[in-house]
This record gives sequence, structure tokens and C-alpha cells, in this order.
Amino acid sequence: MSHLVFLVPLFPLLGFLINGLGRNQLSKASIGAIGTGAVLLSFLVSVRLFMQVLDGGGGVDTLFYLFQTTDLSVPFAFQVDALSALFLLIITGIGTLIHLYSTAYMHEESAPHFARYFAYLNLFIFSMLLLVLGSGFVIMFIGWEGVGLCSYLLIGYWFKNNEYNYAARKAFVMNRIGDLGFLLAIFWIISKLGTTEYAQVFAGVNKLSASDITAITLLLFVGAMGKSAQIPLYTWLPDAMAGPTPVSALIHAATMVTAGIYMIARTNLLYTMAPFTQCVVAITGLATALFAATIALRQNDIKKVLAYSTVSQLGYMFLGLGVGAYTGAVFHVMTHAFFKALLFLGAGSVIHAMHHEQDIRKMGGLSKRLPHTHFTFLLGCLAIAGIPPLSGFFSKDEILAAAFQASPIYYILGLAGALMTAFYMFRLYTLTFLGEARFHEDPHHPVHESPWQMTVPLWILGILSVVGGWIGFPDWILPNAHRLESLLAPIFAGSTALATEHAHLTHSQEWMMTGGATIAIILAIVLAIRSSLRAKVDTEAATGLAGILENKWYVDEIYDNAIVKPLQSFADLLKNVIEKSGIDGLVNGVGKLVHYGSRQIRLVQSGQVGNYLLIMVLSMVVFFIIWFNDTSLMKLLHNIF
Amino acid sequence: MIPVLLILIPLITGLITFAFSTADSAKKNALLSAVATLVVAGWSVCCTPASALRFDIAWLPVMGSRFTLEMDGMSKMLCLLTGISFPMIFLAIFRQETKSAPAFFGWMLLSQAGLMGVFLAADALVFYFFWELALIPVYFLCSIWGGERRIAVTFKFFIYTFLGSLLMLTGIIYLSYHSPGASFAIESLTKAALSETQRNGLFWLFFIAFAIKMPIFPLHTWQPDAYEESPTAVTMVMSGIMVKMGLYAVVRWLLPVYPQSSALYADVIIALSVTGMLYASFIAMQQNNLKRLIAYSSIAHIGLMCAALFTAQPSAYQGVMIQMFSHGINVIGLWIIADAIEKQLGTRLLSEMGGLAQKAPTLAILLVIMGLANVALPLTNSFIGEFMMFNGLFRYNMVWAGVAGISIILAAVYTLRMIQKVLYGPLNPTTETATDIPATAKWALFVLVVLVIVGGVYPQPLIDLTNDTVQALITKH
Amino acid sequence: MPINYYIFFCLTLFSIGIVGVLTRRNAIIIFMCIELMLNAVNLLLVAFSKMHYAAAVAAAPDTTVGGDGQIFVFFIMVVAAAEVSVGLAIIVMMYRNIHSVDINFLNRLKN
Repeated sequence: MSHLVFLVPLFPLLGFLINGLGRNQLSKASIGAIGTGAVLLSFLVSVRLFMQVLDGGGGVDTLFYLFQTTDLSVPFAFQVDALSALFLLIITGIGTLIHLYSTAYMHEESAPHFARYFAYLNLFIFSMLLLVLGSGFVIMFIGWEGVGLCSYLLIGYWFKNNEYNYAARKAFVMNRIGDLGFLLAIFWIISKLGTTEYAQVFAGVNKLSASDITAITLLLFVGAMGKSAQIPLYTWLPDAMAGPTPVSALIHAATMVTAGIYMIARTNLLYTMAPFTQCVVAITGLATALFAATIALRQNDIKKVLAYSTVSQLGYMFLGLGVGAYTGAVFHVMTHAFFKALLFLGAGSVIHAMHHEQDIRKMGGLSKRLPHTHFTFLLGCLAIAGIPPLSGFFSKDEILAAAFQASPIYYILGLAGALMTAFYMFRLYTLTFLGEARFHEDPHHPVHESPWQMTVPLWILGILSVVGGWIGFPDWILPNAHRLESLLAPIFAGSTALATEHAHLTHSQEWMMTGGATIAIILAIVLAIRSSLRAKVDTEAATGLAGILENKWYVDEIYDNAIVKPLQSFADLLKNVIEKSGIDGLVNGVGKLVHYGSRQIRLVQSGQVGNYLLIMVLSMVVFFIIWFNDTSLMKLLHNIF
Repeated sequence: MIPVLLILIPLITGLITFAFSTADSAKKNALLSAVATLVVAGWSVCCTPASALRFDIAWLPVMGSRFTLEMDGMSKMLCLLTGISFPMIFLAIFRQETKSAPAFFGWMLLSQAGLMGVFLAADALVFYFFWELALIPVYFLCSIWGGERRIAVTFKFFIYTFLGSLLMLTGIIYLSYHSPGASFAIESLTKAALSETQRNGLFWLFFIAFAIKMPIFPLHTWQPDAYEESPTAVTMVMSGIMVKMGLYAVVRWLLPVYPQSSALYADVIIALSVTGMLYASFIAMQQNNLKRLIAYSSIAHIGLMCAALFTAQPSAYQGVMIQMFSHGINVIGLWIIADAIEKQLGTRLLSEMGGLAQKAPTLAILLVIMGLANVALPLTNSFIGEFMMFNGLFRYNMVWAGVAGISIILAAVYTLRMIQKVLYGPLNPTTETATDIPATAKWALFVLVVLVIVGGVYPQPLIDLTNDTVQALITKH
Repeated sequence: MPINYYIFFCLTLFSIGIVGVLTRRNAIIIFMCIELMLNAVNLLLVAFSKMHYAAAVAAAPDTTVGGDGQIFVFFIMVVAAAEVSVGLAIIVMMYRNIHSVDINFLNRLKN
């Protein structure tokens, strides 16, 4: 293969450096051009790499060694294969569109902050590329923490607002909890195999005991839970919506949050060998999918709905991974990247048009005012709901079919989640675009369609959301048309060989199931539109179950009271009591004791010379008596030296 | 010859500096001397024959002590760290008003001479001599130029560390008495004929001295006070270099001399260190005082290094070597920033800060980078060291590694909290008038930032430099 | 004369010196008592030295053993003389300052 691969992360890195260092000198136009151009260049190189992979190219390219010691060497190496090339395309492709979109969306910012934004964004792309390109766990971890950092910086981009800062901190800390699991998994692998390179780890997997593999995969999954916002570490993602909307689209929908799926897909061999972990992954994924969907039903912030929807869709991907449908999960990553980025950018367009109003109860009737946004948003909604032949249908269907083969219960619950998805998405769509306008328009700042930099990405993503699924036709529609599966087959070959063969569903069963599901989804959509149009929209807090859902099952409050506050009071206890009165008290106590003791002993020095003399004479007498009568004292001294 | 130069340059220039009459000339002289020392230290790292790295003359023949200086990889690395740190410190405070500056800079240089000597000595008595020599200038620096509570705090600091030193001195004398030829040379100390009880007792005499210096929980309480009350330049010396004396001494004078006792008590010490890591992290989490926060964070980091030293794992040793250097760089960077903030705002309380990112963007960027290095983010220098140390700890005992790993999370909590309280949020009356970081401090920080990044991306030179020390340790065990 | 006589004599002298030092408050008298003790020791040294020499001569006629005891005496006398001059000077200074030679007034360091 050609050694172009280092260029892919290099361009965004350069973009980061130029924009970061020149933030006070560059104009906004050149900042935007540099930021977008860097990612575009990466995209072009990625396309070329992808072509090479299609032609059977790819491989590992070592740039240098991060460190080499007697017992461990970590090369800084990039691995290009079908999986990483596919992710490269998603990251740089969608990244380019979002950079372009951002040039218009962020135009109100002053030049230094504009540069800061693009620098962060480029740094994010760089880290994400490291994550997927790394040829071993350490490089992946570097990217892994790097994207966490960028996510932190971008969520807290408007740093004057302390609530945003708290959200940013929460995201970083929750990610760190996951990272600890990831790190421990790496150490476990090193201690057993002495390497962190994928190729060597997978080759040596037979040296691992079953319990090792289970432990390693569980720890890795902890990392994935943090990064990909699964129960119980999901609460940071909805809060992360504090960041600028293009950031939410890029980081918190399309790319970073799918890192966990990438990791498990990458290490699929280990997971296939650990059925217990697979079960945990599937159940966690399914639980998250359902739980987040219920919350999304009653959210009123346009971005929060999409955030919970993302959590829920990520749950589906994990369900797919858990039941061994690795291709399906990666497929869903791709389609989800298209339509969720589209939806977020559409939401951004709406927010932009509405002058930073995010409450959907104060919108409505925007379909005529924002025609491009409206139409592409509708495409996105249809895609995520899983209406054939849009992209979401194919990927979700593939996961659900695999879930059915693993257990019908998974399928039924998964389908219930899909119905909820259709419902909340069309509730969102209806409240935003249909019905009466529920906002007061400022005549000086009328609601307007966004400029081309924003609508062009919307249309491109809209088209991709429609056709993106067509590279993965299932067998029962068109035999041997699943291009993605044949592309990724080498990556999952080890797992395919190990996997127990399920009884395949007949094609007619598939047709019936899919047909039934589609009809149910359409019914859910109709129900959502009708109920949302009819419902009296008020801004009062809901009560009962709806109230609980609106408050997100009070999970944040529970975490706060059960974990954060006790830890803080524990820390306070350590700081104010144990440290001050305990340990330092002991130290100072010794000092005080010496003071006190010397004050008492000082009294012996009465100032009466006669006393001194008496003591002197007496002690000499005592000494002589001991000297002549007792040799044990001398013996003791002799023993020591 | 090089070892002698490393000690003599700061010693002589330090004495000369006392004689200067103006602050300006004293500063320039000190900076020049520090740069000269750095050049020599750099020279020792690059390309010198082994013979130039050893110096040996008779000193106190009656007591069996020779004035022996020797440089191996770890010595070179720590001398380099000392060499880099002092110019940075002088640069950072270059534009600040310092009362009776000649004396201040003179004492600073003398402490550098003492530190160099500690890292070079190959004779226990010479080592002890420099160990104390490094302490005395710091005592004067703190008690003359320190903050309001300086007298009490310095007294505590001095007595505490001096107590440790005396324990060590007792140990050294006892050990040399039992060594072949009653000598203080490191080679003969390792051959001392000791019973098991004697060995274990001596082990603790030495370890307590080093543990106070590092410091290890629960012997750490002098440190936050001393860091808070000392002038910041001195705090940089203390936290950047002096705490490395404890770690260095463990590697040089404890592990090779008492390998059996080290293995025997490894669990106890690792337990103390890990407890200390979590303990200090928790306290840092609720700390409202910027300087104390950094102090506790430093305790947490040192705890990991101490724990790693007793795992007897090659990768952990290697990690400690890298981390000693990285931690020095990072913590000095943090102190420079903390000092700039305190000088600006006149407060160290986080609750009174906020919004500095608007007023001081350069300071904000530098603080964020240094903060990230403090949480050991990948591609900053401390990641590699911490990665290796945790790896070694994991191999030694995975439960300890898991428990110690919690500090990774806590480090993120307290560091980000600090960054947020200082930089973000709305402006308040205290921060309204703030301006950006002074130019000299900025340049010092730029150098440190470059070291942070280079150390994080390509730490191999450091690994190669200290490899001989690590190999020697492994064969000893 | 048996050595016992010397020993008991010196012991008596020494004890008188000690008792004098302990009980008297006048600095000059204390001083004299100290001299008494010193001389008791001197006497004893000379006595032992002489006896030691006598025993050694009996074994080997040309010996010089035992001389050092007497040399010590000279040293002690020199030291005592020096001490007397310093001590008396102190007492004189003390008298000039507090118009008394009572040692119980010498408690300025107490507080």
C-alpha cells in the first residue's frame, strides 16, 4: 500500500496548529477555509485509501515507536483495513460537511473564538482518526482520550456559562470512568500477552483463559459504555448538547459516540469468545435503547430529543454487537451517522433561524419558512424511523433480525423501541414544522432559511440518508447484494468461524416480520402526528408518568444524591476533619507535646545554683553506683555497636 | 570532571551573588549561572566518556568516607531536570520585585548546588552532606521570603524533614559500621553483613526519611503548608525537584541496599502510597485554595511513583524514571501559572476567581495544557510514565492497580474543577481588571509546554537515558 | 603508711568540699570548696602515683612507671590556677553588678 495514511491525521493536525496559533491574525474566512480544507484533504486521501482497500490493499504502517522498553514496545502505527477505512470515510466525509456548515453557523463569533472553534474541531478530527487508525490498543486509547478532551473543550465552548462548563466536566469525568476500564483491559492484555498490537493480540488469543477474555472484554465494554453513552454512564450525552449544534452533530451523534462500537467491532474476536460479555452487551444495549427512547418521548428541547434518540440508537448498535451482528452494528453506525448528523444539522438550522430558541413548544409551522431544512429533516425522520427503502430501515432491520435469531424477546423489545423512535421523532417533526406557528416573530429579525453553507450539507446528508442503506440489501430482498458484508468479511472472519450457526429464517418469514414492523411503524407515525397536532401545547410542567419522563426518570438527581454528594461530603470529611485534626493534628500534637514537656522540664532549671550542684553530685553518685555494680548497661551498649 | 562542575558552578556563583548590590545584576548572574549549569548537564547527557562522569578524591579518610560523585542514567536525567528547572524558575520570576534579591538568588543557587550533589553522590556521607545542604537554603528562603505564616510553617517543615534526615544519618552510620572496610561507599554498603532484624530496622530508618521528603501518606502534612507559604520560586524547587530527592534516594540507597526488606514490605508501602493517592485526590477535590490543590495533586502523583518503585517490575521502574522528569516539568509549569494568577488577583481562593479565559487567553491556554498534563492525558509527557507505572502495578497486583486507578478519575475531577473555577464562568470584581501573563513567564512556560508535548509523543530518549539504572535495579532484585 | 589513710583522708576532704559547695551560698566560699575538692584529688593522685612507682621498682629497678599521675597534678594545678583567675573575675563582675556574692541572686536566666 502507499504510505499516504499518515497524511490523513496530519492535515487536521496542521489545521489545528495553524488556526490555534494564528487565531489573532487570521480572518474568519481564512480560518473557515483552513479548517474545512484540512478535513477535506483528509477526506480525499481517505477516499484513495478506501479504493486501495477495495482493491485488496491495506496493512500496517509504522511511523515510529512511541516507546520501547525491555518488556513492552508500543509502535505508533496506523492500520488501514476495511473497518478503519470505512470509519475514515464517515469521519472525514461528515466532518467536512459539518465544518462547512459551521462556517455559517458560527459566524456570530469573533475571529479568535471562531479560530478556537475550528482548532478544537480539527483537533477532534485528528484524535478520532488516531482512534480508528491505530494499529493497537494504546494508539486507540490516545485517540480515545483525545476525542474526550475535544468533546470537553467543545461542550464548554461558550465558557462564560457555568452550566455549560459543568456539562463539559461531567462529560469528561464520565468518559474517564470508562477510560479506566479501558486502561485496565489494556494492562490485562499486556500482562498476559506482552503486546498491545491487534494483530499479535488476536493471534495470541488462544493463550488467554476464558476468564481472562471475559474480564478483558467486560473492562473494554466499560470503556465503551463511557464513550458511547450506555447505561449507567449515559447521562453526560444529553447534557453535552450545551455545545454548539454542529459539534453535537459531529461528536455527539455521528462519530465520537460510535467509538465504543468501533472498539468492540475491532475486537470482535474476543467478544465472540466471551458469550457472557456478549450477553451483558446485548442487554445493556437493549436496556439503553428502550430507556432512552422513553425519555425522548417527553422532551421538549429539540436537541435533547435528538440526544436521547442518539443514546437509544447507540443502544441498538450494542444490541447488534451483543448478538454477534457486527456487520449490522457497523452498518447502523454508518447510516446513523448520516441521518443523525442530518437531523442535528437540521435542528441547528432551525435554532439558527429561530435565534437560539430550542423549545419545540415555541415553534410550529416552520415547514413553509424553512423549506430546505424542513424537507431534509423529514428525510432524516423517515430514515431513523426505519421506513423502507431509506437507510435506517436496512441497518435496523439487520440488527433486529439478528436479535430475533438470538432471542425473540430481544426482537420484541427492540421493535417496541423502534416504535417509540418513530413516535418521538414525528412528535418532534410535527411540533417543529407543522401546525400553527407558536412564536412571536421579531420584524427586524425574521425567521429565515439558512445560507448555502448550511443547506448544502443538509441536502448531501439527506441524499445519503436515503441511499446510504443500499449498500447493504439483505439476502431476502436481493441475494448477494450486501456489499458492506463482503467488504467487512475479513475483519469479522474470526468471529464468523466461531459463531454458532443459527437456524436461518425463511425469506417469507422475513417478509412478514418486516412488513408487520413497517406497518406498525407507520401507525406510530400517524399517531404521533395526529396527537401532536391535536394536543394543546402548553409550557407547564407535566405530571404523573409524563412528568417523570420529562424529568428523565430523575436519574441525574439520583446520581447526584447517591454518588456525587456522598463523595463530596466524604472528601470534605477528609479535608476538614481527618487531615486537619487527625493526621496534621497528630503531627502538631507531637510538636505541642515536646513544647509542653520542655516547659515542664524547664522548671528543673530553677535558677538556684545550689540545686544544679546538688543534681550534679547526685547524678554522679548514681552513675558511679551503676558503673560499679551493674555491667549489663555496658553490655547493652556493646551489643548495639 | 562534569559532576564537580555541576556542583561548583551554582555553588560559586551562588556565593558571588550574595555580594551583588543591585537586584538586576543578581538576577542576571543567577540566570547566567543556571544556563551554564544547564549546558553542562546537557553535555553530560549527550556525549561523554564514562571516565568524565566519575569523580573521586579522599575526603574524610578517618571515617572511611571518600568524596565520590558518579553519574548514571538516573543521575543524568535528574541533573538535567534540575538544570532545566532553574533557568525556567528564574525566567518566570525575572520581572517580579524580590526584596533583597541578591540574597534570594544566592540561596536559590546554593540550593541548586545541594540538589545536584544529592543526585551525584556515590558515598553515603557525601549524600547526607548534600541532602542537608539542599535543605538549609530552602529553610532561609522560606523563612525570610515566605507568606504570613512562614515562621511556623517553615519550622514545621524543617523539623519534620530534619527528623527524617537524622533517622537516615543514624542508619548510614550504623550501616557503614557493619559494611566491609567500614566505608560509606555505595558498593560496600550493599555488602554489609546484617541480620534480618537489623536489615528490616535499617530499611525503615531510611524509608521514613525518604517518605517524609517525597512525601508519602501519612507523613505528608508539612507539604501543603510549606508549598502554600513559601515564595513560589521556592515551591517550584521543592515540588519540582526536592521531592524527587526522596524517590531518587529510594532507587539509589534503598532498593539496592535492602532488596529483601524492600520485597518484604512492598505491600505495606504500596498500600500506604495508594491510600495516599486516593486520600490526596479526595482532598484536592474539595480544595478551595489553588496552591494547596496543586500541592495535594502532587502528593497523589508522588504516591503512584512510590508505589511503582516497590512493584519490582521493569516497566514500573522505567515509568518512574520518565515520570520523575515529567512531573518536575508539569508541576513547575503549574506553579508558574498559579503564581502569575496570585500576583494578578491577590488571592489564591478559587471561589474568588473566574472568567480569566476572557481576560488572559494565553494564560488560559497554558493552564489548560498544564492541567491536561496533570491528568496524564495521552500525548502529554505524564501519560507514558503513568501508563508504565500502572502497567507495572497491575502486574504486581491487579487489585491495587484498580484501586489506584480511581485516582485517574479523581485527577480529572479536581483538575477540571480548578480549570473551570479559574478560567471559565463570568467575570467578577476581582478578575475584571486582570491582564495576561507576563512575557518572561510566558516564555518559560512555552519551553515547558514544548517539553510536555515532546515528552508525550517521543519519550524514547528519556527511556534510553535511564535504561542502565533500570537494568541495574532489575538485576539487583 | 598504708594507702587507706590517704584514701580516707582525701575522701573526707572531698566530701567536705562537696558539702560546702552544696550548702553555702557565698560564691567565694563555694570557690574555696571547689579548690578543696581539687586538692583532695591531687593528693590522691600523688599518693597512688608514689605507691604505683614503689610497686614497679620492686619488679624492675630502672622503671619510670607512675610518673604520669604526678604530671596530672601539675596540669590540674595549672588548670585550677586559670580557673581561679577566671572565676574570681566573674565573682568580681558579679559583685559590681548586683553588689552581692550570693549565688541565689544568680537566677536571671530563670525567666
